[in-house]
Amino acid sequence: MSMMMSLKDAAEAARCSAAQPIPSGDSAALAELLKSHKISSDEFQKIKQIKGATPSLTELGVFSAMWSEHCSYKSSRVHLKRFPTTGANVVVGPGENAGVVRLEGSICLAFKMESHNHPSYIEPYQGAATGVGGILRDVFCMGARPFANLNCLRFGEREHPRTPYLVPRVVKGIGDYGNCVGVPTVGGSVSYDKSYNGNCLVNAMTVGLIRDDKIFKGYATGVGNLVVYVGSATGRDGIHGATMASDSFAASTDNSKTTVQVGDPFAEKLLLEATLEVLEKNLVVGIQDMGAAGLTSSAFEMAGRAGNGVYLNLDFVPVRAKQMTAYEIMLSESQERMLMVVEPGKWDSLKEVLEKWRLAHAIIGVVTDSGRMLISSRGILEINLPVAPLTDDAPVYNKPMTSRVERVRASEALESLEANLNSNLDLARKTAVGALKDTGSKQKIYEQFDRHIGARTVMGPDHGGAAVMWIRTEETKNAPYLGVAIAAGCNERRVKNTPLIGAAEAVLSQVRQIFAAGGKPLAVTDCLNFGSADDPDVMREFSDSVDGISRACEELGIPVVSGNVSLYNSTDGVSIYPTPMIGVVGRVDDIRRVTPARLIDAKDLSLYIMSSSVGTVSKPSFVASLAAKFNNIPATEGLLDEISWGQELGAGRCLEELRGADLLKAARDVHVGGAGITVLKMTADLLGEKPSLDLRFSGSLEFFGEGGPRYILALDKSQAKMAEVIVTRHSMKLSLAAQLTFDQSNEVKTYFGTIPATEFSRAFKSSQPIGNY
Amino acid sequence: MSSRISPSGKLRVGVLQFPGSNCDADCVDTLKRHFEINAVRVWHQEASLPGLDAIIIPGGFSFGDYLRSGALAAHAPIMRDVKQFASRGGSVLGICNGFQILVESQMLPGALLHNTSLSFVCKTVHLREANGTVLKMPIAHGEGRYWIDERGLAEMEDSGLIAYQYSNPLGSISLDFNPNGSVANIAGVMSHNKKILGMMPHPERATDVVMGGSDDGLTVWRSFLGRI
Repeated sequence: MSMMMSLKDAAEAARCSAAQPIPSGDSAALAELLKSHKISSDEFQKIKQIKGATPSLTELGVFSAMWSEHCSYKSSRVHLKRFPTTGANVVVGPGENAGVVRLEGSICLAFKMESHNHPSYIEPYQGAATGVGGILRDVFCMGARPFANLNCLRFGEREHPRTPYLVPRVVKGIGDYGNCVGVPTVGGSVSYDKSYNGNCLVNAMTVGLIRDDKIFKGYATGVGNLVVYVGSATGRDGIHGATMASDSFAASTDNSKTTVQVGDPFAEKLLLEATLEVLEKNLVVGIQDMGAAGLTSSAFEMAGRAGNGVYLNLDFVPVRAKQMTAYEIMLSESQERMLMVVEPGKWDSLKEVLEKWRLAHAIIGVVTDSGRMLISSRGILEINLPVAPLTDDAPVYNKPMTSRVERVRASEALESLEANLNSNLDLARKTAVGALKDTGSKQKIYEQFDRHIGARTVMGPDHGGAAVMWIRTEETKNAPYLGVAIAAGCNERRVKNTPLIGAAEAVLSQVRQIFAAGGKPLAVTDCLNFGSADDPDVMREFSDSVDGISRACEELGIPVVSGNVSLYNSTDGVSIYPTPMIGVVGRVDDIRRVTPARLIDAKDLSLYIMSSSVGTVSKPSFVASLAAKFNNIPATEGLLDEISWGQELGAGRCLEELRGADLLKAARDVHVGGAGITVLKMTADLLGEKPSLDLRFSGSLEFFGEGGPRYILALDKSQAKMAEVIVTRHSMKLSLAAQLTFDQSNEVKTYFGTIPATEFSRAFKSSQPIGNY
Repeated sequence: MSSRISPSGKLRVGVLQFPGSNCDADCVDTLKRHFEINAVRVWHQEASLPGLDAIIIPGGFSFGDYLRSGALAAHAPIMRDVKQFASRGGSVLGICNGFQILVESQMLPGALLHNTSLSFVCKTVHLREANGTVLKMPIAHGEGRYWIDERGLAEMEDSGLIAYQYSNPLGSISLDFNPNGSVANIAGVMSHNKKILGMMPHPERATDVVMGGSDDGLTVWRSFLGRI
């Protein structure tokens, strides 16, 4: 039987003896202590001001976690304000656990993407698994039932010794977690580059369904209400995870394993079902996942949002290790835990649900009107702090950044590569094979993910483009074939080259995938992975990326409704490529009419390229993606004007009309590697078997150029004329890209020679350094 | 086909629910949308079943399956009544984890081991029915490698208890089309009275051509419901 608690307990706690302040006499010892908590001396002055005295060690730990980059967004916040976040469809914008947009009637989508990079590099299996767990909780603690997971992964080059260690473990971690909880993993992206040799990226995205009158937010309202701990017991795992995630690595970082949390997907499944049942029955007034910075952040954030105070007695917290100190309990990041606020009269009903799902639970505190956080442990008042300043007065930094022109360094002669790829045919062949190997099949990865559970998956990763899910609810009976299209990714080499453009293109690329599949984009989530915030070059990349994303979102009319920032992805002073991962969700009116991004059957089909009637094959892009050489062209806002925004939307409408006329057999946007590589990837499953391909790209720019909007369309030869009429009406042009023939020769004709198809299909299949776990 | 597949929903079907079941909703949805049956969920801690004509044991990770899959679920309170129901000739369909639970409960012979790849595998496969029909539907499991000793296998073959075998699209059975290393490409087996069916593939995920290009799962449901 749980102890009941009341305001009387809080009042008594206030009279407990306070914890010892940290020793501030010895300045060297103090400096060491502050350094280990990553608190600057300015921040320490502010802490003393807020506290009105020298803080206790536990209080210092709380500030360290709450003011970590990971929790406070202190270096990124000034930039994030520039995102467009409003729109007619937005129901909940950034700042909550997940963003929510309206899909149809009362039915909404709750979604967000989040990083778990640092833990995944240290302990890939648990790091990746708990990354999935964290983002699932963000979505279901709002009351949404998750129905799709995606993940965006970046690893070091294939030849790097750590890559074959990381890849299979990350993949298995993601699979084991999502498969057990019962949420299908339906898409994402993966790539390999040496800039990630010392920092892999594991970004997980979850999309859930929710009715607009059932959206729950994390508020600790109602003075006298009970604060309830639910879920797994607290252990020593993940202590200071948020602080660790706010720091760079050194090569010697290999003993950080205790800062990595350990996941239990079965516990998550119980927590998911219990949470949704509790919310459905209206049993709680507030709920919050204990995510980064654990009990600390969930308690402070819930109290802060409601403008209330909270009293917690840590003696009632279920623990799984002996002799845990207040410091450890407050900062543990043990997984699968929730904090709930319940009216005393509903406690019995709440308890009944929690016991049905066999979840550990305990009343650990009470909501007060003091505006202060009082936390006691073993009769000592360990924490006595005002709530508001911890969140409201968190430091905000506008960190120095280089000017755009300064960032321009070694300039590569683009024209020479273009010319080389035209004159040196062997180089062109190697480049094409290399590009296929670099971006080829992901089959060995996605076959470890349950992609069909929930019986909603219309198109998964095996279709080569955006995922499409079928939405069937009581509320949307009038739209029985309603669907959602989801795409996520980013071409980091393009961003590295020109962040302003590359980040805008990261949005465009997901939107194009959604257009190609048959959806209309609704809204954006992002996961901004960058290097050290102390590097002015990195902050320039960050700022430019925010501007690029903002412009793209404004032009396309899709707001940013949720997201996450991961800075300090650097090792020994080497930062990763700027990687603003973008996730876009879209609406599909009729899932019976979606279009795959690969050829399933080639009979009577030819491939055509639909492109803007003004030339938009951009050169820097192909150099960046294929050769990983950057020309760092000076970026001005004007560069964004050169993107043909109108054409992007026009292409979407054009595809819709082609689909409406039942002409599209397959459609894929031209992406990394250019139109030639896109054609080869679309046909990769058929190559090596039957058809021969005759690619009609006359030179390197047409073959390898990546600019858009351009799409490769599979059309019935007899219908090409009809399609051309529609395409022309949308001010685009249509030309033959590849002829497929069934002549047994099994060859691919290209401008750089006639190549056995198996050379390409083998390269495509060899893309996955998956190894064995 | 049995006349009891009732458009008016008179057939009473129960779907067991363990804490880690996660395909229960899909089974309920299939029965509702395609057979107009309002299935009832039966919680694992119940001591007895309500009045039922058939029981579905859905897929999932019943109790986390950190031990052998299905090993704990086989000892859940409700299973005593499920066994009695089956011994009286009641119809039971176990899918994926449900198949594992049936095997762990010794309601079906054999065992389900880790896939030979030691990896979870999710893909669309072809299955050959005993009558030669080829069906297409997804699998998604880590422990789906059916094993039985030679004598047991011979007995099953003689009695026609092998319900489904992994095959190529034309129904030919070979190692190339065996996704997990199962003996004789076995994907599903039946009890002697043919009332208990256990299978690793997911017929509840192949109910509409728009999802994965196949509604062959309905054939499985139809024949199971028809045998009630």
